[in-house]
Order: sequence, then C-alpha cells, then structure tokens
Amino acid sequence: MPEVDKADRRPAIEAKNVSKVFQGAAQDRVTALDAVSVTIRENEFFTLLGPSGCGKTTLLRLIAGFDFPTEGEILLYGEDIAPLPPHKRPVNTVFQSYALFPHMTVGQNIGFGLEMLGKSKAETAARVDQMLKLVQMQELKNRRTSQISGGQQQRVALARALAPHPKVLLLDEPLSALDYKLRKEMQIELKRLQHETGITFIFVTQDQEEALTMSDRIAVMSRGKILQIGSPREIYDRPAERFVANFIGETNFLEGDTVSTQADRAMVRLPGGATVDAGLPQGLKPSGKVTVVVRPEHADIVKAGQPATLAGALSNIVYFGTDTHFHVALDTGGEFIVRHQNSRGNESAFAVGEKVGIAFEPDAAQVLRD
Amino acid sequence: MANAGNFSVRRLTGFTTIAIICFLSLYTPILTLVIFSFNAGTSIAIWEGFSWRWYERAWANEQVQEAALRSLQIASFAAIVATTFATMAAIATTRTRPFRGLTAIYAFVNTPLMVPEIVTAIALLIFFASIKVATGYTGLGYLLAAHTAFCIPFAYLPIRARLESMDLTLETAAADLYATPWRAFTRVTLPLLWPGIIGGLMLAFVISLDDVVITELVKSAGQETLPTYMLGQFRRVVTPEMNAISAVFLGISILIVTLFFFLTRKRN
Ligand SMILES: Nc1ncnc2c1ncn2[C@@H]1O[C@H](COP(=O)(O)OP(=O)(O)OP(=O)(O)O)[C@@H](O)[C@H]1O
Ligand SMILES: [Mg+2]
Repeated sequence: MPEVDKADRRPAIEAKNVSKVFQGAAQDRVTALDAVSVTIRENEFFTLLGPSGCGKTTLLRLIAGFDFPTEGEILLYGEDIAPLPPHKRPVNTVFQSYALFPHMTVGQNIGFGLEMLGKSKAETAARVDQMLKLVQMQELKNRRTSQISGGQQQRVALARALAPHPKVLLLDEPLSALDYKLRKEMQIELKRLQHETGITFIFVTQDQEEALTMSDRIAVMSRGKILQIGSPREIYDRPAERFVANFIGETNFLEGDTVSTQADRAMVRLPGGATVDAGLPQGLKPSGKVTVVVRPEHADIVKAGQPATLAGALSNIVYFGTDTHFHVALDTGGEFIVRHQNSRGNESAFAVGEKVGIAFEPDAAQVLRD
Repeated sequence: MANAGNFSVRRLTGFTTIAIICFLSLYTPILTLVIFSFNAGTSIAIWEGFSWRWYERAWANEQVQEAALRSLQIASFAAIVATTFATMAAIATTRTRPFRGLTAIYAFVNTPLMVPEIVTAIALLIFFASIKVATGYTGLGYLLAAHTAFCIPFAYLPIRARLESMDLTLETAAADLYATPWRAFTRVTLPLLWPGIIGGLMLAFVISLDDVVITELVKSAGQETLPTYMLGQFRRVVTPEMNAISAVFLGISILIVTLFFFLTRKRN
C-alpha cells in the first residue's frame, strides 16, 4: 500500500489546553488531565500510550462527551463540541469492557447505532451484514452476545462502533482482555479495518510494543500530561524525556557535559572523555550537565584497544534466541547494555570478565530534556 | 476464607436438634391445616376420611368469591401503581448524581418497612375517617390508596437492587450510539430492568394480598378481603372450609414467592 503522507491532512480532533479536575470526597482533588494540547489528523491511527491512571480514559471520555473538561476546549473538524451531548457527537467508542447489550443479538447490537440515527430497516440490515462481513462474523449474527467468545465479543464491539461510520473512533484498551495470540491477530485486524474504513482511530493502550507496531503517531502520557508526540520511530529513537525513554523499550542512560550546541544537535562529552554528537529534543538549548540515552541495539561491542566511545569489562552475557545482551561494567561506573542480533556464524567471540570497548553507531545518542 | 473448609455450623452440638424443632414448629401447624382441609367430617381436629367437600363448598360460597375477587382487585391495583412509583423512585435514587436530600428520600421510601403496621393502620383510620366525614365517600379508594402506599417499599427493593447491579457503561454505550436519554432508557435500561420490575410487582402483590391489619382498620362496611373475611369467620364456627380457603391462599402465595425468587436469581 502506498504510504500516504498523513501530515498534511485536516485536523479531526484538536484538544486545546484541556484540563480535567475531579473533585473527590472532602478536599482531595484529582487532576486527571493537566493542560493537554494535541491535534489528531483525519484518517490517522493515533495512540495514547501511558501507564495506568495517567488520564487516557479521561481524555477519551471528554472527546466522547461522557464528561466535560474543567478547562480548555475540544474541536471536532474545527468546531467546538462542548455544547453537544454524547448522542449528538459523530464519535463512537469501543469500550474496554465491550459493553455489548446483553438482551440483544449480535446483529441487533451492531444495528443499534444506525437504528438510533433513524436509518431505514433495509439500510440498517444491509450495513449490519456489511459490518459482519468486515469483522468476519457472518454466521454469528443471531447469537446472543453472552454466547460468543471474548475475541468475538471484541469484534462485535468494533463492528457496532464502526457501523454508523463515525468521524472518529475511540478505542479504550480494546485488546487488553485478549490472550497474547488473539491480541496479535486483532492488532493486524484493527490496522486493516482502519485502512479500509478510513476512519480516524484514537487508540488507548498501556502496551508500548502495541503502540509502536500499530500507530501512525503516539502521544506518551504520564500523570495527566502529554510528554511527547511523534511517530513510533521518533518516540523510540528520539525520546525527549526520561519517562518516555524508560517507558518504551530498554535504554542506557549516561551523564555528560555539553561542549557545544547547534540547532538540533549538541556535542556532549561522556564520562571517560569521548565526545559524541547527540540529537536534541525540539527547542532544547542545553548547557552544563545533560543526560544522554543510547538504545542497546544502537551500540556495538568491540575488543579492547579498537576505536570505541566507552570502555569497561564484560560482566554478563545473556542469550535471548534472536539476540544477545552484553552487560558491560563501565570503567567510569555504571552499567551499559549492548544488544547484538544473533545470526549463524557470529557466535560470541567475547568472554565474561574480558575488557571491551563500546562503539556507538552514528546518531545513536539523544539528549533528554530533564 | 481461611476457615471456610473447617468451620461448619452443622457440627455445633445440638444444631440438628434445634433445626428440626424449628422446622417442626413452623410447618406442623401448616401441614395439619392443609391435611384437615381434606377432612370428610366437620371437625378441624378429628380425621374422618378424605374428601374435596370443603373445597367445593368454599368455591360455591358467595361471600368467599366476593372477598377473593376484591382481594385480587386491590392487590392488582396496588401492585401495579406501587411498582410504577417504585420504579421511578429507584431510577431517581440510582441514576442521578448524589444530591442533597437523597438520604432523606431513601428513608422516606423505606419508612413503611419500619413503622409498626398497627401504627400505620391507626393513622390511616383516623386520616381517612376525617376525609369520609368531609366528603361522604366510602368507596374502595381508601383501601386502594392504603395498599398502594405500603406496597411501594417492597416493590422498590428488588428494582433498586437490579439497577445497582446493572453495568452503567451499557447506558453510556447507548448514548454513544446516538440514543437520546429517553431511548437509552426504553431500549437498554428498561429491558434489563424487567426482572426487577416483575419481582417488585409480585412482591407487592403478595404483600397486599396477605395484609390484614391495615385492611381491617381501613375498610368500610361490606369491603371484606379474603384475609379479613377469614378472620371474621374464625370468630364464629370453624369448619374445615376455612382450612380449604387457607390452603388455596397458601398455595397462591407460595407460587408467587417462588416465581419471584426464580426471576430475581436468574439472568444475573
Ligand atoms: N470519576 C472520577 N472521579 C475521581 N477521580 C477520577 C474519576 N475518573 C478518573 N479519576 C482519576 O483520574 C485519573 C486518570 O484516570 P483515567 O481513568 O483517565 O486513567 P487511565 O489512564 O485510563 O488508566 P487505566 O490505564 O488504568 O485505565 C486517575 O487518577 C483516576 O483515579
Ligand atoms: Mg482507562
């Protein structure tokens, strides 16, 4: 499929400085969202990624209209949706618990939205069949929702939310209740559905791998704030914050000193004396001490004496099948992990205890904003 | 549940004996009553052989017919009206944000459960008496109003329980799928609430059907219900006809209560 450039598409959802404060019992207030601003474009597969309690569901509920922002506004195709109750918003939700109507059949569930929109019986029936086909559930049309498996319920929930062809589909951790294999299948299925329907998806997950494999763009959230928005590659290769670097994949953290800075790069002197050319998060002008991150697979282990950025002793070798992790105790203190992809004929030529060097690939280092 | 496997109330000394005594004292009189409803003789204590004669006689008794019909009328009316009110009250107390005075409403709805029946009865007697004096109306309205009132809390309980155990995201999902609040209610909440409503209806029906004290004090002349008629008869000659009426009455009550349990247990 030709990769369309989704960057020039129209904004579908714009959140502007949206805050949500829950007034709990007595004096305690929970700031579930703290001045969140984000633009989600038409036809985008956009993921909200973050740990439990960071405000993902809250943001979805504000978009769907089940709750109202304490501050800020949300625009749908440029229009403020604050005055619209949930049943007037062209936005549908796939609930984490699916929330299928237990007193209706699979077909009736899928047709519910169309019926409420006042579509004719014939149109509804045709669309229900089309949706059933889309999620490959034709033979289960007349089953009760309590008589189908979890994965099938998931598909019905999806079909039900897609049937009225919403402008935006909200998916709140839709795959978290499924087992590993089914989850992998559904990930592919979801991507396909998004591609075929052309609907904007806002997808919530706590699983970084899921976010990386499925999304056009990811917003990483923590404690009610969006920390970084970017493509999976940007988020993974260029984490801007310690939280992002930590939450997604494995990372080595190094303390260094800024030597010089340019527009989006900086020369950083690492412990041990070597200087690296590191990427900078947008708008950061560092000076003095900085933290630099390097992904384990963006570094290589070399024999002592060969050109290297860091030096240390091999403290552990862990074999993972597809790759091997070399744990290096740095001479300047701390540990650095190098990941090496395994292939036939490159069995490790290193032994635990041996003195080694660590060589960075070009562009491996990234400065954090902290 | 560390001790669940070890502790059993059944092993306490004398438990079985006490349980048997309890059951016997509860059910022996009822069993005796039912047995003697089939007595061929006129005694309610000396067995003279099996017969249906008292059932036939009760069936043909015009006073019994009239009282039974009135009982059914009152119970049906009270159950339906009380359940309607109870449904509205249950929705108002579970599907709105907590508001000031919510506790007061709970208390208000449930008070009839706590006030001694005789107190309610006397209060109603005095209250209705003044209305009777003022308006001259002596129809069935007083009984209907009284029964409706004391049935409301009984109808309210199963409906509220059902509403509280219902998954709220279902209603949210309906709203998400373009259902107006009214349609979300009629298409999702109400169908899922039916077992609770039917349960409330049946409970209210039985409670109204069984009532003696309030009816006795509120009824005007010639407004006997089945229980008050029976009470009146016991003050005179007692024949197994009373046993037969009681047995049928008992059967109906048991039937409705059993149905109620099945309905509220199933489909949870
Ligand atoms: N109705 C509410 N009243 C009070 N606090 C709430 C309410 N809803 C959410 N919160 C709080 O707001 C914060 C964000 O909640 P939210 O449900 O958005 O998290 P989440 O990112 O979806 O988490 P999870 O991944 O566990 O679903 C949490 O601290 C939560 O306790
Ligand atoms: Mg959530």
